[in-house]
Amino acid sequence: MGKLYSLSAAQMKDLLNKKEVTSVEITKSVIDRIEKTDKEIQAYISYNFDEALKQAAAVDEKIAKGEKLADMAGIPVAVKDNMCTKNLRTTCASKMLGNFVPPYNATVVEKLLDEGAVIIGKTTMDEFAMGSSGENSAFQVARNPWDTSRVPGGSSSGSAATVAASQVPVALGSDTGGSIRQPACLCGIVGMKPTYGSVSRYGLVAFGSSLDQIGPMARCVDDTAMLFKSICGRDMRDATSKDYTYKPYGDSVKGIKLGIPKQYFGDGISAVVKEKVYRAVEVLKAQGAEVVEVSLPSTDYALSAYYIISSAEASSNLGRFDGVKYGYTGSKRGSLDELYESSRSEGFGDEVKRRIMLGTYVLSSGFYDAYYKKAKILQKNIAKEFDDAFKLCDAIITPINPTTAFKIGEKSDDPLAMYAGDICTVTLNIAGLPGISIPCGFSAEDNMPIGFQAIGKKFTEDKLFTIAKCYENAVGGFAVKEF
Amino acid sequence: MNSNYEIVVGLEVHAELSTKTKIFCGCKNEFGAEVNTNVCPVCMGLPGTLPVLNEQVVEYAIKMGHALNCHINSVTKQDRKNYFYPDLPKSYQISQFDIPLCENGYLDVLVGDEVKRIGVTRIHIEEDAGKLIHDADLGGTLADYNRCGVPLIEIVSEPDIRSADEAKAYLDTIHTTLLYLGISDAKMQEGSVRCDVNVSVRPKGSTEFGTRVEMKNVNSFSAAHRAITYEANRQIDVLSHGGKVEQETRKWDDVKGRSVVLRSKEDAQDYRYFPDPDLLTFVVPQEKIDRLKARLPELPVAKTMRYMSRYGLSKADSELLALDKNVAEFFEKCVGSGKCSAKNVSNWILGDVFKILNERRCSINDLALTAENLSEMISLIEKKTISNAAGKTVFEVIVDADKDPNEIVKEKGLAQVSDTGALAAIVEKVLANNEKAVNDYKSGKTNVIGFLVGQCMKESRGQGNPSILKEMVVAAIDNK
Repeated sequence: MGKLYSLSAAQMKDLLNKKEVTSVEITKSVIDRIEKTDKEIQAYISYNFDEALKQAAAVDEKIAKGEKLADMAGIPVAVKDNMCTKNLRTTCASKMLGNFVPPYNATVVEKLLDEGAVIIGKTTMDEFAMGSSGENSAFQVARNPWDTSRVPGGSSSGSAATVAASQVPVALGSDTGGSIRQPACLCGIVGMKPTYGSVSRYGLVAFGSSLDQIGPMARCVDDTAMLFKSICGRDMRDATSKDYTYKPYGDSVKGIKLGIPKQYFGDGISAVVKEKVYRAVEVLKAQGAEVVEVSLPSTDYALSAYYIISSAEASSNLGRFDGVKYGYTGSKRGSLDELYESSRSEGFGDEVKRRIMLGTYVLSSGFYDAYYKKAKILQKNIAKEFDDAFKLCDAIITPINPTTAFKIGEKSDDPLAMYAGDICTVTLNIAGLPGISIPCGFSAEDNMPIGFQAIGKKFTEDKLFTIAKCYENAVGGFAVKEF
Repeated sequence: MNSNYEIVVGLEVHAELSTKTKIFCGCKNEFGAEVNTNVCPVCMGLPGTLPVLNEQVVEYAIKMGHALNCHINSVTKQDRKNYFYPDLPKSYQISQFDIPLCENGYLDVLVGDEVKRIGVTRIHIEEDAGKLIHDADLGGTLADYNRCGVPLIEIVSEPDIRSADEAKAYLDTIHTTLLYLGISDAKMQEGSVRCDVNVSVRPKGSTEFGTRVEMKNVNSFSAAHRAITYEANRQIDVLSHGGKVEQETRKWDDVKGRSVVLRSKEDAQDYRYFPDPDLLTFVVPQEKIDRLKARLPELPVAKTMRYMSRYGLSKADSELLALDKNVAEFFEKCVGSGKCSAKNVSNWILGDVFKILNERRCSINDLALTAENLSEMISLIEKKTISNAAGKTVFEVIVDADKDPNEIVKEKGLAQVSDTGALAAIVEKVLANNEKAVNDYKSGKTNVIGFLVGQCMKESRGQGNPSILKEMVVAAIDNK
């Protein structure tokens, strides 16, 4: 039992049910692992160890009484620091919210606690989820466990890193333009962005409200699905959430049609990534999947549409951080304007300010029609093209990130290059579709993990899990970083 | 007022709706709680919280839309109006921009003896902001967020109003309509109805509008009247001296009776409206819209007109009766009993009943008085069973007790005596005791008849029928 922390959530659940271990033992093992490794990984902004042990003890009591356990009971979970946790600091990795302690739980956190999950801590991220490397954190830059000189991807950098480093079996991330799938890909784990509306956003500090979605990250498909199962479903507190019932998945792709869109395999994608993704398609083909070519011609415009819509919404969502009610208050308080200006200038990081300025610009009168309105039209076109493509196939396979994880600092002076990396992921958020990131090997050049993306029609997460599970079985499971 | 100019006014009225809960959260929609206690993470706009629209707000707004003859948009949406101010915790107000719930309506109002039709551009739903309290002793400006998320409708009129009187009539009618529909407390002193006034002037006969000035901080309808008069005069003064009216927003100071510039056109805010992504497009089924229309009560102006034409009441009396929905209902119940004339019911309500309501500062529904009892009492007077004076005695009882007027008449012995046999002795006695008056009458001073009848009434302890007594007195003197 020396390495309880390294077990999958499903294995932990099994041992708990058999009463071979207690949740407190698992939790202690996880805490110990984090204490030993997090100086290097730097995945957490806040630890919740004391509370976690209490949550674990409560589950053990239930087990002792012979009560039936929910799926996530007794399982340690890490939560990205943009989901509100009652009485536990929620910073969004921003100086602005450095001291913000929410008086309420996000719906997903509430659901996990109701099941008896053990919230182990809050993971670092790009500030307000804006970024693709984790470097935009006001506090710390999480490391990629496969090579700690490299980024884990972002914005759910801490969640990806902690799972990949076997600190916890599962973590929650959030995905506005790829922020679950891309770090999962760069860290060699599984991550899913569910259909928009299938998981409640209540308590997720908003970035791009029409694009944001919370989702699961884990080292194997079963764990990813188990975490998804416990967080999905309609929430009366989120008007955009939908009636959604979790559907079990299989492990056979026989007869499933996979669409390959050529627009996702262009010059911008490195040869090694393309090769690994094509090879994954071959694996699935060998398992009985059919492969067809599909076309998504508006893909080239998706990045522009994404940065306009998400920044517009962000500029409005982040207005509330004004130094008046909570969070950071600026150093100049002579007048109301000074208070606003100094609070926001000092409280936000560069990338956040960049997006706020961009968003304010595209919404201002005289520019609204040229930018925001056009982006919304593009959004419709992109969604329509996906609809058309799904007439020919059940799921679409694409790369996720153009390259493997880059070195920390390598792109930090070039925001446009950073934005360009999101080309394969943003389209799903724009169209509200589900997508899963599945590890598919390592680059021979740098030994870093590569993943591929399976995109589904709305509310077909079960199909994506089926494809992922089939692939996982076919390749004999995913590599885990010994660390 | 310089008669070479015409005033053009448009009004924006904000009314708080009296729904049970706030517009986007479960907090009670109440006035007067301890500061910052009637709040939750949602109306405080804490990070991560989301709004969920209260359906009752939509229903109330549609009712007002129907009352103001609007087209109701069954497919509509909510938009964010972005601006920074400490009373606005999200830094945006959820409102409606290009597709209001209700639009293209009108309101008929009575100005003098004429009906004036005023166009209603739109009615949209939105949330109220908090309140700032400026207090140097407490360390400057403090914010109370209790009012955040209180549902509002904004009613925007067309620039169809041509005088301060018309504006006042429009506002009064909006006010009574809100009360009639039961959708707002419409209490000016609590700020539950507020208005912004847009004023311009133009040379008479001109078809183009002059430059518009918006007046904020108009806190009562009478203040609106004063503000419009002041502003129109100011603009006319500027124009007649060859000046130019600037497009600006001014702040009305009702105490000083003048306005000052709040911000000029250049400082106009860019609210960066865009559809709120947290609230999807919402659809109100046509069936529901129709149902709300069918349930619409008769509104004050229509009632006033009906009282005038059907019952022959004066405009002033009709308006007074129609002003308060409860009074109007009471009046109609009395008239509906078929026992007595509408004119007499109107006189009693506007006289004795209103006197009591004013004294007690209460509503007609707070009294024990029932329409049955009042109309029965009036019918007893009309049938001459009791005198008008005895009626007042009965009224004093039935105001505070649900008691049959006939019982009261019996108990107190208030019935008029019309039997000539029973009255003959009284007449004989009075004539015998007042010989001088009898002689005066005979000598042609016929006005003493009133005195003699009065003496008879006194002798009968108020129960004699005065007109019969009068006939008997005249006959008795003539026979002497």
